[in-house]
Amino acid sequence: MISLAGRDILHSWGKYVFTGIGLGLLIGVTLSMAGIYRGMVEDARALLNNSGADIWVVQRDTLGPYAEPSSLHDDVYRILQGLPGVAATGNVTYLTMQARRAGLDERVMVVGIDGFNSGHPGAPAYLLAGRGITRAHYEAVADIKTGFSLGDHVTIRRHEYLVVGLTQRMVSSGGDPMIFIPLKDAQEAQFLKDNDAILNDRARSAANPSLNRPGVPGLLDAIIASQSANHNVNAVLVKVADGWDSEVVAQDIRRWKRLQAYTRVQMEEILIAKLIATSAKQIGMFLVILAIVSAAIVSFIIYTMTLGKIREIAVLKLIGTRNRTIAGMILQESLGLGLVGFIVGKGAATLWAPYFPKFVLLESGDTLRGFVAVMLICALASIVAIRAALRVDPATAIGG
Amino acid sequence: MSDDAIRIEGLTKRYGSGDTAVDALKGVDMSVAPGEVVGLIGPSGSGKSTLLKCLGAVIEPTSGRMAIGGETIYDSAEGGWQSRDLHALRRDRIGFVFQAPYLIPFLDVVDNIALLPMLAGKSDAQARLRAQDLLLALDVAHRAKASVAQLSGGEQQRVAIARALANQPPVILADEPTAPLDSERALNVMRILEQMASQYRTAIIVVTHDEKIIPTFRRIYHIRDGKTYAEQGEGRKIYDKRENK
Repeated sequence: MISLAGRDILHSWGKYVFTGIGLGLLIGVTLSMAGIYRGMVEDARALLNNSGADIWVVQRDTLGPYAEPSSLHDDVYRILQGLPGVAATGNVTYLTMQARRAGLDERVMVVGIDGFNSGHPGAPAYLLAGRGITRAHYEAVADIKTGFSLGDHVTIRRHEYLVVGLTQRMVSSGGDPMIFIPLKDAQEAQFLKDNDAILNDRARSAANPSLNRPGVPGLLDAIIASQSANHNVNAVLVKVADGWDSEVVAQDIRRWKRLQAYTRVQMEEILIAKLIATSAKQIGMFLVILAIVSAAIVSFIIYTMTLGKIREIAVLKLIGTRNRTIAGMILQESLGLGLVGFIVGKGAATLWAPYFPKFVLLESGDTLRGFVAVMLICALASIVAIRAALRVDPATAIGG
Repeated sequence: MSDDAIRIEGLTKRYGSGDTAVDALKGVDMSVAPGEVVGLIGPSGSGKSTLLKCLGAVIEPTSGRMAIGGETIYDSAEGGWQSRDLHALRRDRIGFVFQAPYLIPFLDVVDNIALLPMLAGKSDAQARLRAQDLLLALDVAHRAKASVAQLSGGEQQRVAIARALANQPPVILADEPTAPLDSERALNVMRILEQMASQYRTAIIVVTHDEKIIPTFRRIYHIRDGKTYAEQGEGRKIYDKRENK
């Protein structure tokens, strides 16, 4: 039996293909939106994986360090190291800010770490080029997405850092590339004020009679010294010894050290279910709108194509073609359009994904689900056209 | 049971009801023998198209009886249509030729014809073989693989005739098949229809206004105010003489 749909498509393939391309670009945008969401989840996972930690110890009653501000003293790690099951600890600070290089601004997450050996909690897992930080100050390792090169001088707040190493896939949950610097520098960067502000703060302290008591010499100096130094970190990353359960160690930390401790599973839950939840809903809303727009477009195109064949449909009915054959022809054309659109859309999404500023992950599962959704939408969209075709009176072919 | 290819008795068709009812057919009687070509002539609004649509199983008559190939297809006394499957009835027992060829533009010439046998369940090979035979008989075999748009008007009309014959129906209904053609081409189409009627023993009813072709009919049905009147085609002898010169 002749495929009426196939013949009709071949007969007007130009119109069909161009319509498919238009639809495909729309499908490409839809797949990209899904890819952006997957990319956000993957970035969040990469952040956790690359930190090399099993437990995140943060300020009590906070969801820190990624979802909420958290502040701990930088000597907390010492008491954690004494706990059974703790193999290694690492202090970290996280600060999202602008880093400047040769007059150009780059949004980065500055990570302060207190150990630079590979495997130390918080340190970059591997280097693409250069070396790790070996000096106590003013050296940095940057993610390749920052666009920085080895030997570049990067300004963070008032200090310049020499880029000595490059790493990859070290990004914040928001997709900002990371720059690793020594912990002391990062602590200073978090609280570093300009000279005018420092002078102003000192004058305020000196003018405060409770801080500048005449009978207590040295008190004011001690207070000023404590105000201008920062000994806090955002989190202590803990690596659990082999054979220990992270949850057991985390429970000990919560119980005995009165701190908040999150395991990997809990931290992933915080990142995905809380931190990027709003973005996910936003993307979900976009997906729904795009699906509706795609359905409307396919429906309109198929309906218009069917109306253009009313005379042929009347003749086909008059010469004895069954309704189901005609309905099948329209359904197949609609599905064909969806197939062309999906192939174009998938190709377009794959081509333009690397050019997105944030990571776009096109998963094969999403592709499969997208394909099923497109076919379903096209099948539903053909209903209006099929109804129109079935209403065609074969008598219109005779006239009179 | 009669040997007529078409037999119509007391056929009526009423549109609407009550005060607005219109009787388009008021008891039509007609019979056409196998291989015979008859003309159906009448002014606009006389009921020609309604009769054609009833015969084509496109609209249901109000009363009367119709038989095609000796088999009753409609009998108001027996409950109306005798077949539930009017698609199959139209496909297998009635061929249609229209004023314009109305070929399917996305099928090539051979598939326009082969589509009908395929719809009737014939294999692709059998259907295409049948189509090729008809194209040969109608002298358009050389255009078998051409697209419809590449054919001349006359070629398209011949393909349309071939399509009407594809399932070897006992009846072909031709609705103004020569209207857009000049005299020579119109007479040529009529020659083809006569030849096909004779060759395939198919009865053909040609609805026409076209005075050029009226002399070609041996028998004519006049339809006026929903009734038919049969007469012998007086012009046929003159036409035959001219044809035999």
